[in-house]
Amino acid sequence: MTITVNSPQKSPQKLWRIWRQNNRRQQTLGAIVLGTLFLLGIIVSPWFLGESGLSTVLTQRNQPPSLAHLFGTDWLGRDMLRRSLHGLSLSLRVGLLAASVSALIGTGLGLAAGTFGGWVDAVIIWIVDVFFSLPHLVLLILIAFAVGGGTKGVIIAVALTHWTSLARVIRAEVLQTNSSDYVHLSRHLGKSSLWIARHHMVPHIVPQLLVGLILLFPHAILHEAALSFIGIGLSPHLPAIGIILAESMRHLSTGYWWLGVMPGILLLLAVKAFDWLGENLRSLFDPKTSQG
Amino acid sequence: MQIRLLLVFAAQKLLRLGRLLMAVAVFTFVLLSFSPIDPVKAYIGADMMQISADQQALIAERWGLDQPMWSRFLDWLGQLLQGNLGTSLVFNQPVSEVIASRFQASLQMLAIAWLLSGLLGLALGLIAGALEGHWIDRLIRLYAYTLASSPTFWVALLLLIVFAVSFKIAPICCAAPPGVLSQNVTFWQHLHHLLLPAVALSIIGIANIALHTRQKLIDVLHSDYVLFARAQGESLWNIVRYHGFRNILLPAITLQFASLSELFGGSVLVEQVFAYPGLGEATVQAALRSDIPLLVGIVFFSALFVYTGNTLADLSYPIIDPRIRLGGQ
Amino acid sequence: MLSISNLGVIFTQYDQGLRRKQLTVITALDLDVQAGEVVAVVGASGSGKSLLAHALLGILPENAAMSGTLQFQGEPLTPERSRSLRGKAIALIPQSVGYLDPLMRVGKQVQRVAQLAGQSKANASTSVDRTFARYDLPMATRDRYPFELSGGMARRILVSTAVVTQAQLVIADEPTPGLHPDVVRETLSHLRELAREGRGVILITHDIEAALQIADRVAVFYAGTTVEIAASKDFSLGNLRHPYTQALWRSLPQNEFVPVPGNQPSPEHLPEGCLFSDRCPWVSDICRAERPPLRQLPRIG
Repeated sequence: MTITVNSPQKSPQKLWRIWRQNNRRQQTLGAIVLGTLFLLGIIVSPWFLGESGLSTVLTQRNQPPSLAHLFGTDWLGRDMLRRSLHGLSLSLRVGLLAASVSALIGTGLGLAAGTFGGWVDAVIIWIVDVFFSLPHLVLLILIAFAVGGGTKGVIIAVALTHWTSLARVIRAEVLQTNSSDYVHLSRHLGKSSLWIARHHMVPHIVPQLLVGLILLFPHAILHEAALSFIGIGLSPHLPAIGIILAESMRHLSTGYWWLGVMPGILLLLAVKAFDWLGENLRSLFDPKTSQG
Repeated sequence: MQIRLLLVFAAQKLLRLGRLLMAVAVFTFVLLSFSPIDPVKAYIGADMMQISADQQALIAERWGLDQPMWSRFLDWLGQLLQGNLGTSLVFNQPVSEVIASRFQASLQMLAIAWLLSGLLGLALGLIAGALEGHWIDRLIRLYAYTLASSPTFWVALLLLIVFAVSFKIAPICCAAPPGVLSQNVTFWQHLHHLLLPAVALSIIGIANIALHTRQKLIDVLHSDYVLFARAQGESLWNIVRYHGFRNILLPAITLQFASLSELFGGSVLVEQVFAYPGLGEATVQAALRSDIPLLVGIVFFSALFVYTGNTLADLSYPIIDPRIRLGGQ
Repeated sequence: MLSISNLGVIFTQYDQGLRRKQLTVITALDLDVQAGEVVAVVGASGSGKSLLAHALLGILPENAAMSGTLQFQGEPLTPERSRSLRGKAIALIPQSVGYLDPLMRVGKQVQRVAQLAGQSKANASTSVDRTFARYDLPMATRDRYPFELSGGMARRILVSTAVVTQAQLVIADEPTPGLHPDVVRETLSHLRELAREGRGVILITHDIEAALQIADRVAVFYAGTTVEIAASKDFSLGNLRHPYTQALWRSLPQNEFVPVPGNQPSPEHLPEGCLFSDRCPWVSDICRAERPPLRQLPRIG
C-alpha cells in the first residue's frame, strides 16, 4: 500500500490563507497610508478645531467621558479631547522637529565616520560611547537644563541625544557598500568619490534613513513628553501633552481618572502609529527583516 | 593563573572607567560652561532683588566663577579627584551624602523592578519564541509592543489611578505614611510604599527583555544543533529546556545588565509620579532648582552605575559560556 | 527497508515587495535502501541531497510541502510516523560539530540521544561509555565541550550519536567535508561497519570518490531528481547510463579531470522538459518538451 503525502488540497481555510498572503503587499501599503493619515490628522487638528471648546465653561466642570465630551472635561469645563489634540499636535511638531534635526546629525556623523575613517571615525565612536554610558533620561535632563530649559531646551536635548543609533546604522552601511565589489570596480574605472556616493551610496542609505527617521519619531515624542511631564520641558502656558498629564496628577486623588487616562491613550496611539508606519515601510523595503 | 587574569581584568576595567569618567567630566563641564544659566542667579532665585551687585560678585568669586575656563576646569577636576563633589544647594548637604541616602531609597525599588522585569521578561520571551506565530505569541508581542510604546510616567499614573485611587490598596505617594518618622517605619509599611513604584518600573523593562529573548530563542530554534536535536526526536519543550535556555542565557544576562541604564532613567519618572524620595526625584529637583553640583554628581553616579552593570555582565560571561575567557576576545 | 518514489518538495517564499512565490526544490526523487547496505547519494549542492534527509526525518521547514510516496519497513512513512521514528529507528549523523549544542558537554549530549531512543538514564550512560570505548574516545571526552574536540574526535562523537540509538536506518549527511584523508577513511569505515551490523546506511556526499570506496550502490541527484542509481562497480566498469553520471565520473582527477560544462538550473527557473537538457550532449526535441521517467534496466555483468 502506498499513500500520497500532503497532497495540496484547496480547503476554504487554505484559499483564505493564500488570499491573505497574496494581499500582504496591498495590506502593507494600506497600513502606511492609514498611519500617515491618522498622524497628519492629529498634527493639523488644531487649525480645524480652532479655539472652540478651550474656553472655561464653569457649568461643564469635571464631566466624565460622554458622547458630548469623549474625553470628559477638566476642572475649568474645557473639553479634554480638544485639549489633548492641541497638546499632542504641539508635542508631535516639537518631536518631529527634534527628531529630524537628530536624523540630520546622525546621517552627517554616520557618513563622516564611514567615509573618512581614521581619527574622525574614532572621535565619533567615542562620542557615541560616552552617550551610551549615561542613562538617556539623565542625559536629556542635563542637556535641557544646560541650554536653559523651555521649548528650545527640549528640542536641543532631544535632537542631540537621538542620533546615535542612526549614525551607527549609516556608518555600517557606508563601510559595507565601500568594501563591495561594485564600488571597487567604480574606483578602478576612475569614477569620482562624488559619483560613487551618488550612484552607489545614496540608493542604499536613503531607505535606511527613512525607516530610521520614522522609528526615531516615537522615541523623540515620548522623551519630549517625559521632559515636559517632569517640568523641564515646555512651559505650563503651552499645554503640550506632557503638561496636560502632569496637571492631571494634581486632580488624581479626586477620582477624575479621565484627565490622565484619555490624553495618555491618545499619546500611546500616536506613538504606536509611528511604530506601525516604520515597521510597514521597512517590510516594504526589506521583507526579510520585518516583524511580520 | 585565575587570580592573575582577574587582576588584569580589574585593572583594564578600572582604566576604562577612569577614561570614561574623564570623558563625562569634559562633556559636562563644556556643556555647563556654555549654558546661559547664571549659577549665582539660579542659586539666589527670587531673592535676587535684595542682593547687591557686590554681594553677587563675592559669591561668584567664592565659587571661582571669575577664573578662566580651563583653570576652573582643572580646579573642579582636582576637587572631584579628591572625592569632593561639592554641596547641594537644594538639600544644603554634601552632594555625596545626598546621593548616598537617596540612592539607598532607590536601590530597593530598582532591585525589585530589575528582578521582576528580568524574570517575567525571560518567561514571556521564552513562551513567545517557542510558540512563534501562534496566537499566544501574537498576544505577548502585542502586549510587549504596546508597553514599549507607552510613556513610562503614564503607565505609573495608570497604576496609581487603579491601585491607589480606585482600589485603595496602595499608598498614593511617598516612601512612608504621612507623619511617621523615618526611623519608625515598619518593614511592611516600607514594602507597601515600595511595591507599586517597583512594579511600575518593572513593567517598562519587561517589554524589551521579552522581545529580545523571543528573538534570541527563535534564532536558537533555527540553529543547526536544534535541527539535530529535532532529528533525534526531542520535543519542542525539551529543546527549549535543554538547548534554548542554555543558549539564550548569555544574551539575556547582557541585556538584563544593560537594562540598568533604562531602569535608572525610568526611576526618575516613576519616582516623580509616586513622589518617592529617591535619587530620581532628586535629579528632577536638581534640574528644576538649578542645583548644578547635585546634578553633576548624579550624572557621574549614573555613569558609574551603568558601567558597573556592564562590568558585572562581563564577569558573568565566562561562568555561563566555557568558550569565553576573562579578558580575552 | 526504505523506498522513495517520486518525492517532491515545494517551498513557499516571499521576495522583495512581498510577492509570494513557490520554489520547487525537489522535483522527483527515487531511492531505495536495503538492510545491511550503504547507498551513497551524490550530487552538487542544491541537488536536494540534504533536503531528502530532512524529509525522511520530518524536519523540513514549515513552509515546505511534500508529495510522493515514502515507505519504511513495509509501511507508509507519513510525517507523523517520521516524527515517532526519528531518533529511534531512523538516525542522522550530521555534517559537523556545529550540529552539537556549543554549551553542553558532549557526553551529556550523546547520553541524551540514547535516552531519546528509549533507554533509561542509567542504561543510556552505560551505552555512552560502551560506544566511546568502541571508538577509542577517552572517558575524559565526555566532559569536553564541542569546541574542545579535534576534527577526528568530533567525527567519532557524531557517529556515536547514531550508534547509541540502535537505529535500523542511518543517514550520514556530508560526514567528510574538508577532513584529513585519514579521518575520511576512518569515518567511512565506521559507516561500513554500521551496515555490517545489519543497518541500512544512506551516505549523502558530493565526493564521488569517498562514496565509491564504501557504497554498494550510488544514486546520482541532479536539480532535485534522481538521474541514475548504479552499482558502485558500474563506475569503474564503464556501465554508466546517464550523461550526467558519465560526466561526473570523467571529472574525477584520476580520470580525465574535465569539469562538467554549464550549471545546474536554479529552482526559480526550472526548464520545462528534462532538467539536464541544457547540458546534455544527447539532447533531443522529445526530452526538451517532456521529462523522461526513471527506468529500471537489467543488470549487466
